Amino acid sequence: MPNATQLKKASPLTNTNVSPSTNVNPSTNISVLLQLDNITFAYEQMQMQFDLVVNRGETLAILGASGSGKSTLLNLIAGFNQPLSGDISFQDISILAKAPAQRPITTLFQEHNLFNHLTVKQNIAIGLVPSMKLDANQQAALEKAAQQVEITELLNRLPGDLSGGQRQRVGIARCLARKQPLLLLDEPFSALDPALRQEMLRLIAKLNKEYGITVLMVTHNPDDALQIADNIAFVENGKIALHAPTAILVDDNAPDMLKRYLGK
Amino acid sequence: MIANSHKYWWCSALLAISIILLLVGGSFTALLNFSQAELDFSSVLADSYTRHVISFSFYQAALSTGLSIGLAIPLARAFSRREFIGKQLIIKLFNLSLVLPIIIAIFGIVAVHGKNGWVNQILGFFNIETGHYIYGLTGILLAHLFFNVPLATRILLQTLDSIPSESWRLASQLNMQSRHIFITLEWPKIKQQLPSLISLIFMLCFTSFAIVMSLGGGPDYATLEVAIYQALKFEFDIEQAVALAMIQVAITVALMLFSAIFLKSQPMSAPSGNYFRRPDCHSLSSKIADGLSFMLASCLLAPPMLAILSSGINSNTLNVLSQPMLWQATGISLQIALSSGLLSLLLACAILFSTRILKVRFKLMTLAYGIENIGAIILVVPALVLGTGLFLLLRPYVDVFSIAAWLVILVNALMALPYLLRVLNQPIQDSFASYDKLAISLGLSRLQRLRIIEWPLLRKPIAMGLGLACVLSLGDLSVIALFGSQDMQTLPLVLYRQLGSYQLDAAAVTAIFLLTLCGVIFYLFERIIGGKNA
Repeated sequence: MPNATQLKKASPLTNTNVSPSTNVNPSTNISVLLQLDNITFAYEQMQMQFDLVVNRGETLAILGASGSGKSTLLNLIAGFNQPLSGDISFQDISILAKAPAQRPITTLFQEHNLFNHLTVKQNIAIGLVPSMKLDANQQAALEKAAQQVEITELLNRLPGDLSGGQRQRVGIARCLARKQPLLLLDEPFSALDPALRQEMLRLIAKLNKEYGITVLMVTHNPDDALQIADNIAFVENGKIALHAPTAILVDDNAPDMLKRYLGK
Repeated sequence: MIANSHKYWWCSALLAISIILLLVGGSFTALLNFSQAELDFSSVLADSYTRHVISFSFYQAALSTGLSIGLAIPLARAFSRREFIGKQLIIKLFNLSLVLPIIIAIFGIVAVHGKNGWVNQILGFFNIETGHYIYGLTGILLAHLFFNVPLATRILLQTLDSIPSESWRLASQLNMQSRHIFITLEWPKIKQQLPSLISLIFMLCFTSFAIVMSLGGGPDYATLEVAIYQALKFEFDIEQAVALAMIQVAITVALMLFSAIFLKSQPMSAPSGNYFRRPDCHSLSSKIADGLSFMLASCLLAPPMLAILSSGINSNTLNVLSQPMLWQATGISLQIALSSGLLSLLLACAILFSTRILKVRFKLMTLAYGIENIGAIILVVPALVLGTGLFLLLRPYVDVFSIAAWLVILVNALMALPYLLRVLNQPIQDSFASYDKLAISLGLSRLQRLRIIEWPLLRKPIAMGLGLACVLSLGDLSVIALFGSQDMQTLPLVLYRQLGSYQLDAAAVTAIFLLTLCGVIFYLFERIIGGKNA
């Protein structure tokens, strides 16, 4: 499993005009996990077109102004929206025909990750089996996930009794217990205080390193990207205008469109 | 749009609105067929009685609306300025004005203002002769104010509560007086609310039936709705009824379109939440104004309420309660109320479970609202007309007397539907908008979604909506007045007949009995369906 620093070096500066396959360097042990091939979509008169390659173990931050299409990109990958054309493949196998629950993906939303009338335990269990009746293995997976995000003592509480940070921890625990290789984060921490936000980002980085989970994170905060992402994908007008190592965010020679977005 | 999602989500709404449109369309076709000869509107309109009825409908509705809102504005200000024990309770009671069976309120008003009512008894003590002032315009206005002042006050109070607390802080720093506060802070908010409020109250009063029938006292004081009833029930003059019905439908549709012009985009502002004591509560003039508002409202609203609650126990109580007729009527009332409540709930859910998908997934708002508005069609089609049309439509195929109850159930269900759609719309949409993606990503099946998401989130609003629909039907006195017979009497009909024959003691018992029944139904639904936290 490659670690983050390796990936940082390996990812070349590309943009969508270049064929996505140039992203892959066959001489290393980096393998492509997810590939979006000429995906098109239309939403409220905006035409979108995405090409994207995500490597195994990568943490990719998706940045862009509101309305640029970054959440739509995540919805297309998760299967909440069906593209007009193009293909999405996971380890070279198309997942386009699969229902969202059948895809090797788990999503953490900004809010409404938890059912407020179910206990923390039930909320995690429902991610394993919808009936919430767990066998011994699943029970163990649930407890392990709870331990990893340190919510073991909260298992019998209701989400209403928890703080915002604790609730997102429970959401992360469910993502962990589901053991899906790809984690999509749709601005899940933007409502949290700075300290909590840092803590959550550290948690995500740790999960990424220790379990090799590949992370796609939509955020409107460049600091989030700088803190944990290997690469950024900058979305503008329904296209990935820039796909580059995170360091480009602090690079004085960055393209103008990125500088405009960052307010530099 | 979403991979492998359920494909037949639109069927339920299609079925529901097809049923509604078939019922309404069929009813109109039957009415038009029956009247065979071409309707001659010009001759109907030339008829002086028709013209009188139309102008009186407008006149009393305009007067009721003006007086209701005229009293509600100072009253809402008084409520917003003053804090006192029981304020919340009174506001909660104001909420009940839409649910309280009209005939019960009519009893309360007769008990206070009638020939031997409280007012005449007190005045008689001082040897002042008032005569019978209740039957006619006075009674109609008293009853309309009894219902609409609380309604308007509650809506206006909500509007005033949405003024942000920062504005109040600013007002006190700038030392604004009551008058300036009204002009700069309150009136702009109230002005936004007024068009919809005026059209709501005007429409309620314009189509008022039970109140005008009970308190109008004769053909001089009849609204279109009452004239339709009289044409159908006493003259069996279908042509006249159809013509009047068409005029009524045309006017209500015109009124709705007219009010729609003013209702384009009204930003719904939430109450500001943090309460700030208003700076204008200390001045003497505001204290006098508020005192007067409270006094006037109390004189209008409290005595009938007290009469309803206090006269139930009298020398006649046991006698009335032991009459088999009362229990028979109770049985029929409950059957009709429960059936029409359930039917209304089914229709509302069928519509809303489809339109929420239109709104959330496809963002087709206009289509969704259009479908929901078809559910509220009863607001423009008079219930009496609908009932008669259905009666004529089905008469060739089924035994008329056995279907009368079904017709009442059907029309009552359609009458409750607009309220149910309102109560359930937001919860049903929210339960979907919040959890749709999560449910899809977890791969929950239809049934699992229903059990895990919908039922826990919706059981409370459903309990409330079902209670509301049943109580509305339980207290209804419109189509049942048409179809009711000696064998099929509901409690409101019994009460109406007791009032009509001046059996006030018996009416008092029936009124409190019916009121209790309404409360019990609400309570039971909340406990059984609403769950522990209800």
